[in-house]
This record gives sequence, structure tokens and C-alpha cells, in this order.
Amino acid sequence: MQLLSRWNLYEKELKMLNTKNKYLTLSGLEPLIVTPESNFINVGERTNVTGSRKFLRLIKEENYHEALEVARDQVEGGAQIIDVNMDEGMLDGKQAMVTFLNLIASEPDIARLPIMIDSSKWEIIEAGLQVVQGKSVVNSISLKEGEAEFIRQAKLVKRYGAAVIVMAFDEVGQADSLDRRIEICQRSYDILVNKVNFQPQDIIFDPNIFPVATGMDEHRLNALDFFKATKWIRENLPYANVSGGVSNVSFSFRGNNVVREAINSAFLYHAIQHGMNMGIVNPTMLEVYDEIPKDLLEHVEDVLFDRRDDATERLLDFAETVKGDKKLDVAKVLEWRNDALQDRITHSLVKGIDAFIIEDVEEARQSVLKPIEVIEGHLMIGMNVVGDLFGSGKMFLPQVVKSARVMKKAVAYLQPFIEAEKDGKQEFAGRVLMATVKGDVHDIGKNIVSVVLGCNNYQIIDLGVMVPPEKIIETAKRENVDIIGLSGLITPSLDEMVYVSKEMEKQGFNVPLLIGGATTSRAHAAVKIAPNYSNTVIHVNDASRAVTVVGDLLKKDSRVYKEQIREEYEKFREQFLKRGKKKDYCTIEDARKRKFKIGWNTAEITKPNQLGIHVFEEFDIASLEDYIDWSPFFRSWDLHGKYPDILTDEVVGTQATDLFKDAKALLKRVFNEKLLKAKAVFGLFPANTVNDDDIQIYDENGKLKATFLTLRQQLDKREGVSNFALADFVAPKDSGAQDFMGCFCVSAGFGTAELAKQFESNHDDYNSIMIKALADRLAEAFAEYLHKEVRTTYWGYAENENLSNDELIKESYKGIRPAPGYPACPDHLEKKTIWKVLQVKETIGVELTDSLAMWPAASVSGYYFGNKDAKYFGLGKITEDQLKDYAKRRGISNEEAEKWLSPNLAD
Amino acid sequence: MSTITDALQNRILVLDGAMGTMLQRYNFSEEDFRGERFKTYPTSLKGNNDLLSLTQPKAIAEVHRKYFEAGADIVETNTFSGTTIGMADYNMEELVYELNYESAKIAKQVANEFTRANPEQPRFVAGSIGPTNRTASLSPDVNRPEYRAVTFEDLRVAYKQQVEALLDGGVDVLLVETIFDTLNAKAALFAIDQVKEERNLDVPIMVSGTITDASGRTLSGQTVEAFLTSISHIPLLSVGFNCALGADQLQPYLQRLSHETEFYTSAHPNAGLPNAFGEYDQTPEQMQTLIENYLKDGLVNIIGGCCGTTPEHIKKIAEAAKKYKPRKIAVAV
Repeated sequence: MQLLSRWNLYEKELKMLNTKNKYLTLSGLEPLIVTPESNFINVGERTNVTGSRKFLRLIKEENYHEALEVARDQVEGGAQIIDVNMDEGMLDGKQAMVTFLNLIASEPDIARLPIMIDSSKWEIIEAGLQVVQGKSVVNSISLKEGEAEFIRQAKLVKRYGAAVIVMAFDEVGQADSLDRRIEICQRSYDILVNKVNFQPQDIIFDPNIFPVATGMDEHRLNALDFFKATKWIRENLPYANVSGGVSNVSFSFRGNNVVREAINSAFLYHAIQHGMNMGIVNPTMLEVYDEIPKDLLEHVEDVLFDRRDDATERLLDFAETVKGDKKLDVAKVLEWRNDALQDRITHSLVKGIDAFIIEDVEEARQSVLKPIEVIEGHLMIGMNVVGDLFGSGKMFLPQVVKSARVMKKAVAYLQPFIEAEKDGKQEFAGRVLMATVKGDVHDIGKNIVSVVLGCNNYQIIDLGVMVPPEKIIETAKRENVDIIGLSGLITPSLDEMVYVSKEMEKQGFNVPLLIGGATTSRAHAAVKIAPNYSNTVIHVNDASRAVTVVGDLLKKDSRVYKEQIREEYEKFREQFLKRGKKKDYCTIEDARKRKFKIGWNTAEITKPNQLGIHVFEEFDIASLEDYIDWSPFFRSWDLHGKYPDILTDEVVGTQATDLFKDAKALLKRVFNEKLLKAKAVFGLFPANTVNDDDIQIYDENGKLKATFLTLRQQLDKREGVSNFALADFVAPKDSGAQDFMGCFCVSAGFGTAELAKQFESNHDDYNSIMIKALADRLAEAFAEYLHKEVRTTYWGYAENENLSNDELIKESYKGIRPAPGYPACPDHLEKKTIWKVLQVKETIGVELTDSLAMWPAASVSGYYFGNKDAKYFGLGKITEDQLKDYAKRRGISNEEAEKWLSPNLAD
Repeated sequence: MSTITDALQNRILVLDGAMGTMLQRYNFSEEDFRGERFKTYPTSLKGNNDLLSLTQPKAIAEVHRKYFEAGADIVETNTFSGTTIGMADYNMEELVYELNYESAKIAKQVANEFTRANPEQPRFVAGSIGPTNRTASLSPDVNRPEYRAVTFEDLRVAYKQQVEALLDGGVDVLLVETIFDTLNAKAALFAIDQVKEERNLDVPIMVSGTITDASGRTLSGQTVEAFLTSISHIPLLSVGFNCALGADQLQPYLQRLSHETEFYTSAHPNAGLPNAFGEYDQTPEQMQTLIENYLKDGLVNIIGGCCGTTPEHIKKIAEAAKKYKPRKIAVAV
């Protein structure tokens, strides 16, 4: 009892406190707070079947896709709440409401707004309330059906957590005078606040907007009474809000848009002055109040305020004179074309529009003495704006790359003129050499950094991929570059970078060295690279930082900055090396004793339906679209977040959406024009583990075909936790069970290099990077697809599997497909074995570089393990004893083994 | 006897830590999960932690006890998945009432032991109401965005049953937690409001959402403020965040929440972010330091831990909580 009374006390206290914040607050994905300082809240009204014929047709045809576009248009047009109404005799209103609201929920740019659930049928309203997560507005309830029903509905609205529009309507009828409006609103308010405990700020009155100038005497006060009622409500019913459907007021002037727009706008202006704080307004049916011609405005206001007996007649007469004077909707989109030349060029660069740049650059060229001045003047001014916006986080990488595309087009146009001038030479802020190191073919990140630096007026000397160290050194000397940037994605590239840094020291270089790429790290740069080189070594892993870093490095007095970096890295290195032998490792023997054990006498082993090697040569790449995991795609553009959430991310959402649109467009081209080729080869073989860590595979006669060497975790683990090696997932030979495994290589990269080159020759780095990023995704998708085929058909151990794409990406299936070079088997040399077994190069043409990167780059290779207990793990670090053991098994020297496995050696 | 609202006015209350992390330490086998009663049950039951309230009640009581010993004021019942929707995975829909009822009783019994031993520090039980494994405002099928795997009505019915059983079992507070889809939470609040009306009873409600990543939004896409707006229509004891993030990542969102709401606030973050092996390795000391930042800034009234936290973490948190004054609810001027 005591508990209860105290709780009640708390609730009362809360109520008191809440008076502080009595503003109507609504939400979609984002909140909408209606404070006295808020401007009029504009409710979008075109997703309403009773008000829009187009929308009705779309819903009837179940063309929800376009119906959503109607909603999106309203959002872009500035609506702050979306009204949805499905009240039409021919429709299943409830179903249409639920479907449409569910669809809106999956469109984050629309769903950020609160929803107004609009229906005259309670069951449709309730169905709507059950599918919106935000705080919406019910439109509407009233006393029409009596007090009991009003209370029932209001209680439910409250329990569903919505605000409510209350119509000035009661058992007798609709309020059409000032007194009746006041009477009904007062009564409704009292019931809601006192009997239902409804928060007063969640009440929105609609005191009925009726048409004016109908010619009937009883309608003369329609506008004025509304104004007065609005004022009365705001003054007498604390915290309540007022709303209304505005276009109704000008109903009698249908067909004369000039007059209608003037009436709507004048009415709205005065209604707001009287306290109406939200309403349903069609923005295209609204003139700007100040721009209504004075004579027309006077006639309109005479009617609204009932200032003359003949007000209606006078307005009707006047209306005749302005009929048909409908202004053409100027294509507002192109308004910026009227701006000054520099503004136009800047606009094109900032927005990444290339349609007008040649024409504008030509105009600029004619205005200056030397063509080079256009680059150094007009274009650089524009690019500086881009740089500033990017630097302050107001532009994102994909936009900057688009800006660069425009810039390149402009420069390419000017080039012949500059050359004709001979003495014209562009002044760059610095010269940067960029290269993906020897043995590595990955260049998406490097290209992005190049483009971004290029935008900032650095001259980029891009040596491409698989660049031998001699070429880097030689070019850097010859071109007298100011900075060298090295990039790489696979682990052997780390060693290459170490090598280049040593060479640079030997040759007495004194320019900063930039390190970047997916496997690089600050730790590696500080511990393994920086000590080799007396000038600055700095790790830069995202393009947005590259500009600042290069800028600081090339400043006239960069000594202090460079010293700072050196100190920072030295400190980091000391800490890193001092972090002690925190981790304990066990010997390889002990690790093997603690291997992961599968009960092979009871384990379910499925014999593959189709043993042997299979090749897909002409694969229809379009069928891979559904298998694409998009999140890494965004990551490659420095946009971080999970797909599809990233499309609605507060910070990068818009850019992600734009990028996604462009990616989809290019993908469509790739599919339609068959621009890329995908090929695959894979094999399934009888297999057994021998000597704990080696997996032998056999041909159909049981003859040894090849041996895969696996590496075993050595981190000292808690009792009962296994030390994994991939070999644990295959039955040991001495178990007597015949087990199976597979290996594969897929590529979706055939044609990528050619396409990228083609884009580059059109100065379109954006699409050049895009096609590579897409090819990577397609290769991963292909691997996912093939794995599914193997599980369900070729091997067939999961014939009944039925997983959604999401589940595929989350890898919720049985069996794994680990890839050499990744955490479970960091040993790239295993690729050589796979290549030999499957004759990869000979059958589908994917090659291995010196560092064992695959070419074309958009390729994936790996093994298949089918046991239900097989799982992905990270090898972690291994110790000397396993390294020696491995070298012996592999038949190579300890030094060579060390070179290949160095990232995984415990120190 | 003092109530939770009294206690909240005087001090920062400490909520317990993870149940799952603690249960993992027991290494229960399939047989342990089954116990005698479900020996021949046709479905595999390993992993159904809620079921342990029936088959290993001593272990559950022991975990509660450890948290109270560590200094927790409130423990959560072992009912995170205790709805017909969550139990469908194990074909155990029939057991939902019993699971919740027994879990509440176990927790309440332990709480009473501690309150009796030290009436100065009364202990409370919060009935844990999880999000279920389905989302009412997101489609699980990318090709059918209009599709929903669960309806508001399904959720309301399921939650109502859970709420009734928890109340019958004697919980002091209801905790709707780990909300990644606000619509699910709204269905739970709807059900609670119904039960309150039907039973003419007033039980305090705690609501705790989940910000899934650095985007600062719930899984269903809402910002902190939109989330708060969407669940504030029912008087709450507290609103807060838990799970998905560590204490440091959660702080900015907690700050915004604390600034915007006039309800009491709560937080029970994870022990950091999981490492590459999916394990939480933030130490009790590290977490304590981060939590002290909340306390220094006066951001919370109720503080505890989620995934990866243990009695050792809660002990450190409780030590820190003692040193600070609770967050003041903004008072009307």
C-alpha cells in the first residue's frame, strides 16, 4: 500500500515537472518539437487518396514504388509531417494504410518525419497506429459518435503513444459558428484532459476551415470565425494546438489558380497570426504573401474579414481579369545558371555537375590573358571551396571524387590551349608519387587518395600497381617528388614497404614516406618501417586525412610537425615493444594435444554428389546482384556504417545514398552490356588429416593428389578451450572415416582493368574507382553464391538449406570457406597448392603475382569444409617451434618461412 | 519498508551485470539444460538460458546472490527471452508463464534474504522484458520491405502474458530493455498499461533502449531524441540505454538523453566492445573509470552492466556509485 502511494506521489511530481516542457513533440526517425518559436508546421497532403487523383491511381494500381516517390517529393519540398489517407470506397483502406506505412518505414529519408494517420474510420487509424514506431498524429477523432466512443478512442490513442487532432464536431453536427466552435472545443478539451488524462500539448484542434466567397450569406463569416476560434483556443485551452486543411478555403475558385493561391496564402498568413501553428498546405498552391499583387490582396482580405457587403462580388469580378494568368513553373533547378561565371564554375565543382563545365571554362578562358589562369584562378577558387567543405566535414569522399571528375574535364579541355602557349605551366602545391608495391594489385584506396590530393592541387605521379622498388626509387629521383606514398592490401606487401624504406635510406632520400592500405597499421609503420628511414614515415589510412597530412608535411616550415610525428612514433614504438610478453604461448606439441576434437565415429559425413573438378566459364553475372554484401563497398569509399542503415546515417546518409545510386546505375550497365566476365573453378575431393595439421586430398583411385598445410593456434588458452587448426575439421586418416573437402577460385574481374582505363581516359576517376569496387563486391558475391551451390547441390550436405541474403552475409550456414591470406590461414603459399590442384591459371586464367596476390584483383580463392562444427577463427601468433616445423613440412628454409609468415610470428 | 522511488531520491542505484556471461561459467551441457523434467524433450534445449530457472534454479539464485553481494540494489530476472515469441525456437511456448513466474520468485527470494540481512539497503527485483528476436518495424526480407515477421498484436499478446507472470511472481519493477525496435517496446508498454488498468495497480516501469553503433541510432533508425519522444507517453520510472556499446561509446548518447528527459535515467553498458573473438575484455577497473565519468557529470540515477560484465565489474561500479550524488531531475522553475 505504501509503495503504491509513494509511486503515486512520484507520478504527481512528474506531472508537475512536465509542465516545464509542454510542447507538442512528435517523432519519426527524428524528433519534431513544436515550440512557440517554431514556424508554422507544414503537413504534406499529397499522399492522400481523397485529395490527390494521382496518388489514388497509384494506390489502386498497387504501384507503391511511385506512391513512395510522392511521399519523398513532399519531404524534399519541405513537409514536416506526412499525412496519409486511404479512405476510398474501392480500396481496402486498412490494408493500403498498413502496406504504405510499412514501406515508408523502410525509406529512411521519408521515415525521418512523423506520420499523420488520417482516416474517418477508426479501424484504419488503429491499424496505422500499430505499424509506426514514432510518435504520430491521429487525424482525427471527435464527439460525433458521442462521449463514450470519444473517450474509448482517445484512451487508445494515448496508449499507442500518439497525438490527436480533434475535429470541432459533436453529436449535433459540425461547428459552423464561433460559438459552436468554442463550445465543442472546450468540451472536448475538458474530457480529454480530466477524464482521459491526455497530455494537453498532444491535443490539436481542427476548428473547420470552410470555403469563402461562395455567394451565400451564411458563409460570409467562414474565415473570420475560424480566425477568432483559433485565437480563443490558444488563449483559453492551455497548451493545445490548432491545425486545419487550408486549400478548402479557396474551393469556390477552382480553375483560377492565381486567385486560389492568393486566397490560400492570405488566409494562411492571418490564421498563423491568430495562432494556427500547423496545417495541411499544398506548397504549390501557395503564393508568397508579400508577392500577392496589392489590388488582388485587398479584394481577398475584404472577403476573409467580411469587410464589405459586396466583397464577394468584387473579388469574383476581379478574378475574371486575372484568369489564366498562370505563371509557368520556371525550372528552378537551373536558376544557378544565371549566376556570375565564377559562381557557376564553383557550383559545378561543388555539386559535381559536368554538363556545363566546358562551356563555362571556355567563357573563362576568353576572359583571361593566358589559359593557365583559368586553372590557377577560376578552377582553383572552386576547388578550394571543395577542399574547405571536405576539410570541415560538409562534403564526403564520393562527392569530392565527383568534383575531381569535373575538374579533370575542365583541365583536359584547357590543356591544348596551355600547350599552344608554351610558357604556360601549371604551378602545383607539390609533387606526390603514388604506388601499390610489388606483388600487390589492389589500388582502390590508393586511387582515392590520389584523386583527393589531385583536387587539392598536388601533381600526382601514379605508378599504378605491382610497382617494383627500383622503379619507385628511380621515378622519385627523376621527377624530384616531394612525397612518396606506398599502398598495399595483402600482408606480404608490408614487407615490401619495409624494403622500400630501407632502399630510400640507402639512396639518401629526404622526402616523407606515406604508408596506407588495408593491412597497414600505425603499429607496423612505427615499429617496422620508421626505424629504417631518417625522414618522416607516417601512416595515413583514410583519404580525408591525407590532404591535411600532406599539407602539413609540405609547409615551408614543417620541421616542427615532422619532429612531432617522429617523437609520437618513437613513443608509440617504445610502448608497443614494452607492452611486455603479456600473452603466453604453448608449444606446438601441447597445442596439438589440445586440438579441436570432433567425434568422428558419430560425425555425419556426406559424400559429395559430384566429386572432382568443375568449371564455370560463362557465368551470368547479373544473377549475383542479390548476393552482394554492400557494407564493405561503402567502406572502400571511406563511408563507415552498415548497409542499409548507412543510407540513412545522420552524417553520411545522403552521400551514401548518392553513391549507392551511382553504383547501382553502373552495375546495371555492367549487367546489360555484359562488361565484366565471371569465371570459377572448384573441386571436391576425398580427404583426410595426417600428422595433426596436414590435410591430404586424393583422386578417385585414392591416390594422393596434394597436401594442404594448416597452421595451429598457439595462444595459451583456458582449460577446455581448443587450439584450432583448419585440419581439425577433416577426419584424421587413422579414424578410419573417409572425409571430404574442397577448394575453389572465383573471379569477377575479367574486363575491370580495361573498363577502368576507359573511364580514366575520359577523366572519370569516379567511375574508374567505382568499377573496381563493384568488381570486388561481385567476386565476393560469386564466392558466396558458389558456396551455396556447393552446399546444396555439388556436395549436397545442406540440400534443404533455405537462407535469406542477410543470413548468407552473416554466414549462418553450415560449413566454412576460409581463404588463404585471411585470419584462419594467413599462409599465402597455400594458394600455390590450390592453383596446382585446380589448374586455376590454365582453366580460368586467374594468375598469382610474386607476392601471391590474385590477378585480376577481383578474385577470391579458398577451401571448403563441410563439417557442422567447422568455424572461422583467427590463427593469432605462432612461435618459433611451429615455424620450424612448418618450414620442414613445406620443404623451405626457415628464413623463407619467416618471410611469408612474419605478420603472425610472436615476438 | 523503503521503496525504489525513495531510494532513487537519495542515491544512485546499482543494477546487476550480465546473466549470460555468468551462466557461461557453469559450462552447462545439453543434459544440464534439460534436467530431469525435460530429459526426453524433442527439441535441443542447450542455449535456452531462461529455462535454467526451472532446471538449474540454484545456479540462477547463485548468480543473483553474487550480484547482490557485489553491491547491486536491483537484479534482473532471468527472463530476457521469456515470451511465446522467444520460446518458439525451443517449442516451449507453453512454459512461458511458468518460466517468468519462477524466475521472478527466485530473484525475489534472494532479494528478500539480502534486505532482511541489511534493511538499510533494501534490494529490488526488475522483471526483465527483452526485445524478442523479431522486429515489428523492419522487414527481415530485403525484397519485401512491406513485410513484417511479427505484428504489434502478436507482440502485445506475448508481452501481456510475460508481464502478468512477472507481476504474479513478485517483481518490484518492470524493465523493458535492449530496445532495438521502438515499435516492439511500444507494444510492451501498451501491454503493461493494459495490465495496470485491469489490475488497478501501479508498478514502476524502466525503459532501456539500445544504440546499435556509432551512427547514434537504434537499429530501427531512431535518434536518441526520437526514441525518447516515442516512449514517453506512459509515466516511466526511468529511461536509459544498455547493450551494444561500451561505457565510453555510450556516453554522448546518455548525455543527450539525460539532458532531454525528466524521468530518472539508467545505463547498463557492455564491458567495452567485443574483441576479434567476440569476447569482452574490459576489466572491472577500466569500466569503473569510464562509469565514473558518468557519475562525475551527474548523468545517471541507475547504473549497471550488460554483456561481458561480472560481479567483479558491478563491485567496482557500486564502489564508484557510492561516492557520487544521483542525477537531479530538472525541477520546474
